[in-house]
Amino acid sequence: MAVPDTVAAPERATTPPPPAVTARRGRPRPDRAYWLYLLPGAVLFLLVIGGPLVYTGYLSLTRWSGVGDPTWIGLENYRNLFHDDVFWTSFRNTLAMIVAMVVLPTLVGLVLAAVLFDAIGRRFRPRTAAALRAAFYLPQVLPVVVAGIVWGWILRPDGAFNGLLDAVGLGALRHDWLGDPDTALPVVMAVMIWVQIGYPVVVFMAALERVDPELYEAAELDGAGWFRRFRAITLPQIRPETFVVGLTCTIAAMKVFGPIYALTRGGPENATNVPSYFAYYTFFKKLHVGYGSAISMVLTLIIVVVSVLFIRAQNRAERRDGGL
Amino acid sequence: MAVTITPATGRARRVRDRHHRGAGRWVVLALVTVAALVMLVPFAFMLLNAFKSPGDYSTNGPLSWPSEFYTKGLRTYWEQVDFPVKLWNSILISGSVAVAGVLVSLLNAYALGIGRVRGRLWIIGLFLLANMLPQEALIYPLYHFAKEAGLYNTRLAVIIIFTVIQSAFGTYLLASVLSTFPRQLLEAAALDGAGKWRTLWRVVLPNLRPTLAVLLVFFFIWTWNEFLIPLVMLIDNQTQTVPVALASLQGDRLMDAPTTNAGSLLSLVPAILFFLIFQRTLARGITAGAEK
Repeated sequence: MAVPDTVAAPERATTPPPPAVTARRGRPRPDRAYWLYLLPGAVLFLLVIGGPLVYTGYLSLTRWSGVGDPTWIGLENYRNLFHDDVFWTSFRNTLAMIVAMVVLPTLVGLVLAAVLFDAIGRRFRPRTAAALRAAFYLPQVLPVVVAGIVWGWILRPDGAFNGLLDAVGLGALRHDWLGDPDTALPVVMAVMIWVQIGYPVVVFMAALERVDPELYEAAELDGAGWFRRFRAITLPQIRPETFVVGLTCTIAAMKVFGPIYALTRGGPENATNVPSYFAYYTFFKKLHVGYGSAISMVLTLIIVVVSVLFIRAQNRAERRDGGL
Repeated sequence: MAVTITPATGRARRVRDRHHRGAGRWVVLALVTVAALVMLVPFAFMLLNAFKSPGDYSTNGPLSWPSEFYTKGLRTYWEQVDFPVKLWNSILISGSVAVAGVLVSLLNAYALGIGRVRGRLWIIGLFLLANMLPQEALIYPLYHFAKEAGLYNTRLAVIIIFTVIQSAFGTYLLASVLSTFPRQLLEAAALDGAGKWRTLWRVVLPNLRPTLAVLLVFFFIWTWNEFLIPLVMLIDNQTQTVPVALASLQGDRLMDAPTTNAGSLLSLVPAILFFLIFQRTLARGITAGAEK
């Protein structure tokens, strides 16, 4: 089985190096005693991840309120999901979250990282670039729920954002930003960009450090301008990191829960509902455990499929590079 | 790239370039600095209003300078949620998870990376998959079984759950690091008569220390910031964590704007402290991770 070499957990800033291919030559005979070391981890894994996942799969085929015995109903929950507008809305909002947490942060992050590294890191003291990087990265280290609560207050009708509009003479634009179904989603997206932007900036800046500076010097001597150097050298050189950022952020976007909980609880009128909040609400507020399980299983399936596609695309791109 | 150029032309060009940059570089710096300051604006708003009295807030609005240095909001929140208890819960949970998670990751990775047990690629793939799962796919059974086992609303339940979730990532990372572990060191230990257990603690562990330190810090901060599982599992004042405590008071009538800001400020301070303390470790982890 090919283990993909860049997979990461959401919101996690490290990418493990690929497991090395065992050299046939020095390969020791497998030793059964090592299984003992796997035992505690395996038991815990089955208890906390394997078992519950299978059980959620089973529950998705039942009707259950959490007390008594679940009633087997086969695929009915899935059929109902298919006709549930909230379900479709929540997945459409996932696309919005991908724009806000993957597409825009990656694009802006690429440019910011290149500017910080190239135009500021080299022409001013490195500490200047480091301080600026820290400002962008700060939201990433905070509990995202707390950040969400601060933003929730800022965007309230009597909050700081409307205050700011008044102060600059745009008081006519005062608005209940999170309370209006038309503005809630764009505003939540803006907050998510703020939360997310630091991650690509930091990863891409680290990536740029391993790009050979001679490449840039040679291109510069050839008369290539900043943008051409960016496109011809920076982008291809840091493509592995771009894949990692793309994959981790996409998974994070599909799972987003805390900020939605803190900002809007999926409202108003489901305008900002997302699958994970929809599942939480169905489990614990509506007590439709079977239905909530079905939502969770669909979300899980989509995440796994998207990850596999991502990793395949990356492997293909690497093979193509290897052939050159 | 074959670039042939005489030194004289090269120098002339570089001089011109530098001159050209001289003007532009300040503009770029100014633009990026403005963007960085915009990132910090929410924190400025929070600080401004955390030290304002409710009356001051309702008369002068969110942008005014506080008319007096008002700390009662901070004290109200501190007492209302019994903040030291929340802080201790968060430290206890995150600290235990960091240590236990690293330990479980190390044991797993020792069997997978050095022991090369059969089917290890499948096992590693399984851990990988566990990393991607949405917690919603686990939460209801966990909640239900915790209730049955009498572990509902205990910190222990949350510690066990996150130990496993974090170690799924740690196992994947360490297994790949250990699969490149120098064989000579292991053989030398075996020649000295060291068993597997001794080899793990005396040979492998000392060599992995920097990686384990990075993992420890990451596990601690990730667990500190977790929300869904603590929200579901911890329901009373004695067990809740810092973020859950703030979120469960959100919308409460006692939480006027200045108290909300004071509570947010208190809840953010530990995370900002960790950031400052561990900044180097975090940067190293990110850099180490990005190397291929």
